[in-house]
Amino acid sequence: MFMEERQVNVSDTDNKTYQPKIAAFLCNWCSYAGADLAGVSRFQYPATIRTIRVPCSGRINPLYLLKAMANGADGVLVSGCHPGDCHYISGNYVARRKFALIKSLLKHVGLEEDRVSFSWVSAAEGVRFSEVVKGVTERVAALGPNNGVFKVKDGGGTDE
Amino acid sequence: MSSVTEEIRETARQLLADGKVDVVIGYEKGSLPLKATPCFVRTVQDVDKLIWDETCENNLAAFSYKISGKKAIITKGCDSRALVVLLQENQLVKDDLYIIGVSCQGVVDKRKIENELGEIIEATIADGKISVKGMSGSGEFTFAEVKDATCQTCRYPNPVIEDIHLGGTVEVPEQAVLFADVLEMEAKSDSEREAYFGEQMDKCIRCYSCRNACPLCYCQECFVDCNTPRWLTGGVNRAENLFFQAGRVLHLAGRCVDCGTCSRACPQGVDIRALNRKMSRDVLEMYQHESGISEDVKPALNVYSGDDPEAFLVKE
Repeated sequence: MFMEERQVNVSDTDNKTYQPKIAAFLCNWCSYAGADLAGVSRFQYPATIRTIRVPCSGRINPLYLLKAMANGADGVLVSGCHPGDCHYISGNYVARRKFALIKSLLKHVGLEEDRVSFSWVSAAEGVRFSEVVKGVTERVAALGPNNGVFKVKDGGGTDE
Repeated sequence: MSSVTEEIRETARQLLADGKVDVVIGYEKGSLPLKATPCFVRTVQDVDKLIWDETCENNLAAFSYKISGKKAIITKGCDSRALVVLLQENQLVKDDLYIIGVSCQGVVDKRKIENELGEIIEATIADGKISVKGMSGSGEFTFAEVKDATCQTCRYPNPVIEDIHLGGTVEVPEQAVLFADVLEMEAKSDSEREAYFGEQMDKCIRCYSCRNACPLCYCQECFVDCNTPRWLTGGVNRAENLFFQAGRVLHLAGRCVDCGTCSRACPQGVDIRALNRKMSRDVLEMYQHESGISEDVKPALNVYSGDDPEAFLVKE
């Protein structure tokens, strides 16, 4: 039953409903495993995220988020371990300060707030992971395709 | 000839004659009116080139780590804050540094004059008055009228570290609201801000003058020059310009000392400071940190606390 619903959602090319593309930067030790758990447990969530595995949320360079936007991602999701649970002791604490500033700056320059999302999801929170992706997808879909301030319009940003 | 200039020359002469330093980094009269040029004095004969007045606008800390050997640096309030950050980040050896502190009244914003009188042909400064002959007329300004925007909100006109202080000190004016300009910008709607910054980014020609003038942009390879990965193409457009400026501002988050050198160096008059000030305010509000005030206080993004604000997280 589950499988049928899934196939209708994903592979139906005639279905013209807008599906955003979201670059998801997931910490190897928690959110990536959380996504894995959601997968093996068959918790449903929209197939909108493109997962990029990083060793720690502290590894996230602000430029990653900007570049994803420039290359046309409709949204960005960054997810790491809950504070206190970092595999490297303090990576996510340091990242937290950075994230707060990124979010604040991007809003200041006029990027829609919901395009960039941050969350903490542990390896045991498969259900929560699917909830987060559903929520983020809903909000990004409501904004529509990326015409944001960082989108490079003529494809110049993708000439690598 | 101001007495501070005299004192600077005397101190520089002494330092060079005694062999205490190899070079004195200061200002000399520039080839354009109302603009001093950084100068590097290595011999006692050259000491008389040094000047000090309201046109000394560069942040000399930007040269401190580019020049080897023992050096003395003429240091304003903002320059000294930049030196503190550089020392914290191990870019400088304190023993190689002799800081000649001078209190700063603020510097002249040439652009304000040029907006009224066209290109400046001749200018003289005397008794707080600036007489200017421009392409489209002459005029006289009081210093307060043409003071740079950064200097109007300056809270550290006196050096925070120094080995010797020359001249008097400047009284720090009390400010009712800190970061009033940022608050005003925040009060606008998202679309108004987007329009404002979009307009600013349209002016940017990505000459990287801001980066080159900045005392804290010292990366061996700047992300804009990096080609694996290639963050930015050579294209000059609104989105990529904003990418550059936002990337730079995020690199300077919790480090920027708000000297305003980037904005003054910009040939296009892009309001770069607006972004840097926004970050400075956020860092102050969220983490109660001001960069470059004390060597003992660790930079905001190098430390953390268990109860840092988390308002940015998704609601799920």
